[in-house]
Amino acid sequence: MTKTVTDVICPFCGTLCDDLEVVVSDDGKELFEVYNACAIGAEKFLHSQAKDRITRPRMRQEDGSWKEISYDEAIEYTARMLADAKKPLMYGWSSTNCEAQAVGSEIGEAVGAVMDNTATVCHGTSLIAVQDIGIPSCTLGEVKNRADRILFWGCNPAHAHPRHMSRYSIFPRGFFTGKGHAGRKMIVVDPRPTDTASLADIHLQIEQGHDYELLDALRVAFKGEQLPDFVGGIPKAKIYEVAETLKSGRFAIIFFGMGVTQSIGKNHNIDAAIAVTRDLNEYTKAAIMPMRGHYNVTGSGQVWGWLFGFPYAVDLSRGFARYNPGETTSNDLLRRDEVDAVFVLGSDPGAHFPFSSVKKIYNLPSVAIDPHETPTTEVCKVHVPVAFVGVEVGGCAYRMDNVPIETRKVVEAPEGMMTDEEFLSRVLARVKEIKGV
Amino acid sequence: MAIRVNLITGRTIQQGVSMEAGKEKPAYTAACGIIELDPADFKKLGAFRSTNVRVTSNHGSVVVKAIEATQGPHPGVAYIPMGPWANMVVNPNTYSTGMPTFKGTPVEVEVAKTESVLGSLELVRKGCRGELA
Repeated sequence: MTKTVTDVICPFCGTLCDDLEVVVSDDGKELFEVYNACAIGAEKFLHSQAKDRITRPRMRQEDGSWKEISYDEAIEYTARMLADAKKPLMYGWSSTNCEAQAVGSEIGEAVGAVMDNTATVCHGTSLIAVQDIGIPSCTLGEVKNRADRILFWGCNPAHAHPRHMSRYSIFPRGFFTGKGHAGRKMIVVDPRPTDTASLADIHLQIEQGHDYELLDALRVAFKGEQLPDFVGGIPKAKIYEVAETLKSGRFAIIFFGMGVTQSIGKNHNIDAAIAVTRDLNEYTKAAIMPMRGHYNVTGSGQVWGWLFGFPYAVDLSRGFARYNPGETTSNDLLRRDEVDAVFVLGSDPGAHFPFSSVKKIYNLPSVAIDPHETPTTEVCKVHVPVAFVGVEVGGCAYRMDNVPIETRKVVEAPEGMMTDEEFLSRVLARVKEIKGV
Repeated sequence: MAIRVNLITGRTIQQGVSMEAGKEKPAYTAACGIIELDPADFKKLGAFRSTNVRVTSNHGSVVVKAIEATQGPHPGVAYIPMGPWANMVVNPNTYSTGMPTFKGTPVEVEVAKTESVLGSLELVRKGCRGELA
């Protein structure tokens, strides 16, 4: 027999959908079906059942082959590596719960590590901009109930946050948005006519890398001042039209993604986007929100915010928290050979860092904590598989709008498998022993 | 004949699904070991769809399969889904922001019919050992 678990939280993207239904066996050991999830979320749940899943830690041998080791040996290696290093990098933290992030932070303090999360290659530049000029934001509930002007800038939720539009931003009927999609105007700015853009009322196919100019042009257009004939490849009439559309709404929301954070200009692009939002508030209510990727990258920023005062790139190597993006960020540290050990949990820099950084990890003592086999586990010396957070263990996660949601355990992890938090707690205890604290 | 295009990277739903199903599997290579080119750029390149091509930038080089843009047209712009293949060629410079320049790398694309697209683990392993062509 089977049973259905309802109101399950999806641990894939920052949308953190909370309406999934999962069919599991009566004893809770097998997972059969996932309902309501997007294709990616469903795959994440189903992959936990893979028959070829790695369930025990392994260590790389001289000849390149793997040797299975016990969790105790993996804990010893990890604790020794971190305790012996002068300045270890502890990276990732976005695909795990806040409880594990807190324990990891304590390890970081004990060993004087640099703590960095995936924002460093995602919305790190947004965080810099927020510190520069602040952010007028809101929750996704407000978007659903109030927003009638939706602007997606440099993001493609149809692919990256597949249920964002149906749950919050475009299609749902909310308290003041009873007509749903029909009552909303949707604008997309993207150098490609993406699947998201195909749904839009207006698509501005901007020349790649000209976001700053176009954002500034919008600010000019709000004031009705003169524009050049084209900005970023967009004719001025179109820019005035978008400006008027935004101004005429009751509640405008700008969602932005990697198109602006990773293109040249970086944090200054976000400065300009926030300034557009601020200016728009002269005419109507407007808010702006980053489309956070990992389901709990926001949470790691929150945890470090209240522990250290900074949301990412926190350097604890001097015994107190320092923060200086460009210096204390993972890719800069790796490329400049400024770290002497790498610990990765809840992320895959092997696949998602530029290769020059991956090569540096390969040449350092390194441990990867990940349920999957990934390019990171391929270049690390020790791979520790753990239970899937949000599938095999619960814990707190923060949605992209900074709303904390408790994820749920729906199925048992394979026997004898540790969770992130258990593994980190054991490493912390061992680090304290080695350090004599 | 080689063409020059502006390379951007990012998520696709196929990338997300195959990533969650296991990056060691062939489906991940099929989803991410590709470059999406505009039909106009295919014409300039003088290549059929689904031909292997070598993509080269100032920062590295990688072999991927060229397919027609799924979210086009975007002449002059090429797209490799985020992953180890794209990261072989993207601009790693952060310009003191911490963020590598994942979008907007000028690249050269040339036909490489005889070369094969490596799987993600093999690509990274060979790259680290200096065994890539």
